[in-house]
Amino acid sequence: MCETAISVENVSKAYRLGQIGGGTLREDVARWWAKLRGKPDPFLKIGEEHHARKIGEQFWALDNVSFQVKQGEVLGVIGRNGAGKSTLLKILSQVTTPTSGQIKIKGRIASLLEVGTGFHPELTGRENIFLNGAILGMTKAEIRKKLDEIVAFSEIEDFIDTPVKRYSSGMYVRLAFAVAAHLEPEILIVDEVLAVGDAEFQKKCLGKMQSVSRNDGRTVLFVSHQIAAVTRLCERALWLDAGRIKQHGEANSVCSEYLANGSSAMSRRIWANGDRAPGNEWVRLESIEAFSNGKPASNLDIQSALDICINYRALKGGKILIPNVHFYTDDGTIIFISHDWHSGWRTKPKPRGLYQTIFTVPGNFFNEGRITVKVAVSTYQPFEVHFEEPDAIAFTVVDSSGEMTSRGDYAGHLPGIVRPLIGSRTGLLSE
Amino acid sequence: MKENPQINISAHSAAADAGWTTMITPHRGWLDWRLKQLWRYRDLISLFVWRDFVSLYKQTILGPLWHIVQPLLTTITFTIIFGKIANLPTNGIPPFLFYMSGIVGWTYFSNNITKTSSTFVTNSALLGKVYFHRLVIPISIAISNLISFFIQFAIFLIFLAVYYFQGFPVHMTYWACYTPLFLLMLAGYGLGGGIIVSALTTRYRDLTQLVAFGVQLAMYVTPVIYPLSKAGPHYRWLLQYNPLTPVVEGFRLGFLGAGDVTLTQLGISFGVMLILLAIGTMLFTHVEKTFMDTV
Repeated sequence: MCETAISVENVSKAYRLGQIGGGTLREDVARWWAKLRGKPDPFLKIGEEHHARKIGEQFWALDNVSFQVKQGEVLGVIGRNGAGKSTLLKILSQVTTPTSGQIKIKGRIASLLEVGTGFHPELTGRENIFLNGAILGMTKAEIRKKLDEIVAFSEIEDFIDTPVKRYSSGMYVRLAFAVAAHLEPEILIVDEVLAVGDAEFQKKCLGKMQSVSRNDGRTVLFVSHQIAAVTRLCERALWLDAGRIKQHGEANSVCSEYLANGSSAMSRRIWANGDRAPGNEWVRLESIEAFSNGKPASNLDIQSALDICINYRALKGGKILIPNVHFYTDDGTIIFISHDWHSGWRTKPKPRGLYQTIFTVPGNFFNEGRITVKVAVSTYQPFEVHFEEPDAIAFTVVDSSGEMTSRGDYAGHLPGIVRPLIGSRTGLLSE
Repeated sequence: MKENPQINISAHSAAADAGWTTMITPHRGWLDWRLKQLWRYRDLISLFVWRDFVSLYKQTILGPLWHIVQPLLTTITFTIIFGKIANLPTNGIPPFLFYMSGIVGWTYFSNNITKTSSTFVTNSALLGKVYFHRLVIPISIAISNLISFFIQFAIFLIFLAVYYFQGFPVHMTYWACYTPLFLLMLAGYGLGGGIIVSALTTRYRDLTQLVAFGVQLAMYVTPVIYPLSKAGPHYRWLLQYNPLTPVVEGFRLGFLGAGDVTLTQLGISFGVMLILLAIGTMLFTHVEKTFMDTV
C-alpha cells in the first residue's frame, strides 16, 4: 500500500533561551517594581547590561522540516546530538506543539520515548504492566488479553509479583520493553530506548521491531545513534543536522554519508602537487582510491570485492619499492596489513616511472562499519620507509541481510574485526 | 537518492485530507477540549486512582487509617479550641458533630485544589514522555479524594447515629439527598480552581504555596467553624458571596437539621462552579500545548 502514514509539513520548533520570565512571581514583581522606579533590574549579574537579551533569544530546534512516511515503512532518524531528533519525536508524540507548520497522521501512534514510563516502585511487576500499558494507550481489556504473552516475553515470570523497586535495572528494562513490544499501534515511534540494556536484550528488541514492521505492516520511526542498527532495520533514513533535513533517502546511503561526514577521509585522494605529496626523493604518492566492481566505492556492500588502487611515481630508478596497505576499524583497531609481495616486483628494483598497484580484498571479509586505510611504500633489506600516509582514504562497509552473507537471517549486532564467510558442512550422525 | 526537503504537498493534501486521524498544529482552539478522547482514557483514570490508593496503603504504616485519624484529630482540636475555649456558637448542634460536618466536606475540597494545582509540576517527568489527555490526572485526583471522603463520611455517620440515639436534637432532613450534588460542586470547585492554578504554575512555581495558604484562609470565610447565621453583620457579605457557603450549610442542613441555605443560592453556586470549570478547562487547554517547554 502506498498510503502516507505521516506527513510533516514545514514544521519548525523554537525554544526560548535562558530563564523564562523570572522563574518566580516574586522576582517578576520585584523586577517590575524596580523598572517603575527607574532603577536597574535587581537580578542582573554585575557587568550584564540587558537581561532582556537573554529572555528573548530563540533557539530553533527544528527549522522548516518536511517529509513523508509511507504506511509500513521503517524510517531511521539519525543525526548528531542536538540535531533535533528528540524534538521531532516529542512533537509527533504530541508532548509539545510545533511553533509553525503542521503534521498529518493516519493511524494510532504509540511512542516509546523512555522505558518504563509511569512505573510505580511500590506496585508489583504485574500491576505495573497494567499501569504502563494504559499510559501507553492500551485499554484494560487489551492488556488482560495479552498479559501472559507480555510476562513470557519479559522472561521474569518468577519475579512478576514482587514490587518493582526490588528489580535490577536489567529486569526493569525487560519488563518495560515487553509491555511496549505488545502495543498495537499503526505507527510506532522509538527513541534510543535500545541504548540501555545488555546485548541480549538489544538483540531481542531489534528482532521484535523487525517482525512488527515486516509481519504486521506497521510504520516504525526509529531514532538511534547505532548506525549499524539503523542500516539493519530501516529501509529509509532521515538525517537531521542542526534542525534541518540534511538527507532523506535510502538507509544505506544516508547512513554512510552520515558516517563519512564524521571523518574527513573520503574514498579517494589525489595529490596533484608533487612536492607536497607524501614521499621522498625516491618515490612520491600520486593517488589512492577505493573501487568496487569497477566503480568508486565510498560504501561497499559486504559481499563485494574491494580494490585499492595506488598510483605512485618512482622519481629515481633502482630501488625495490614495495607498497603496503594497512586497514583499521573506526576505533583504531588494526585489521590487517598487506604488502605487494606477489606481483613480480618483490626482488626487481623499479625504474623511473608512474606505477599502479592494485590490492584486491575478497568480498565477505570485512565487518560492517567504517574502515580507514593507511598507505605506505617501503624497501626491505635494508629496511626503509619512504612514506607513510595514515587515514589516506576511508570507506564504509554496509550489510543488508541477505542469503549469501555471513549474517544470513540474524538481525542483531555482529561483533568481530573481520566477518569472513567460512564454509560449513552438516550431516546427520545418528537417529 | 536525495529528496528535496521542501516538498510541495498541497497537491496531495486536498484529496487525502478526509482520511487523517490526527492533525498536529501550533494552535489549538480555546474550546478544543477533546472530551471524547478523555472518555477513551477512562481505563487510565481508574488505574491512576487505584495506583494512588494502593501506593498509600503500601507505603505508610497507618495507610488507610490515616484517612480516619486526620479528620478525627482535627475535629477534636476544633472542638476544644473553637468550641470550649473560644466558645463559638453552633446553633444548638453538638459542637463535635458541627465541626466534623464542616471538616468532612472542606477536606474534600481542600485536597482537590491543593493536589490538582501542582499537577504539571509533580508529573512533569511523566507528561514529558507520553501523551494522554492532560485532564486525566486532575480527574483521577478528584476521584481518589472521593475515596478518602467516603471513609470520613462513614465515620461521621457513625458519630451522627451515636448522638442521635443519645437523644441530642439532631435529625436528617431531605436536604441529605442533595449530597451527590454537594460532592459534585466541591469536586468542581476544587478541580476548577486547581487547574487554573496548575496552568499558572508552569510559569510561576511559587503559586502552589500560595494555594495551600489561600485554602487555609478561605476556610475562615466559609461557615465551617461557625454557622452563617451567627456571622457578624459587617463581614456577612463575604460569606454570602462565597460560593462554597451554600454547600457547607446545605450539608449541615441535610444531616444535622440546622442550616441557612436556600435552593436559589445553591443553584447560583452551581452555575458559578460551571463557569469556573469552563474557564479552568480553557486555560488548561491553552497552556498544555507548550507547558513542557517551560515547566
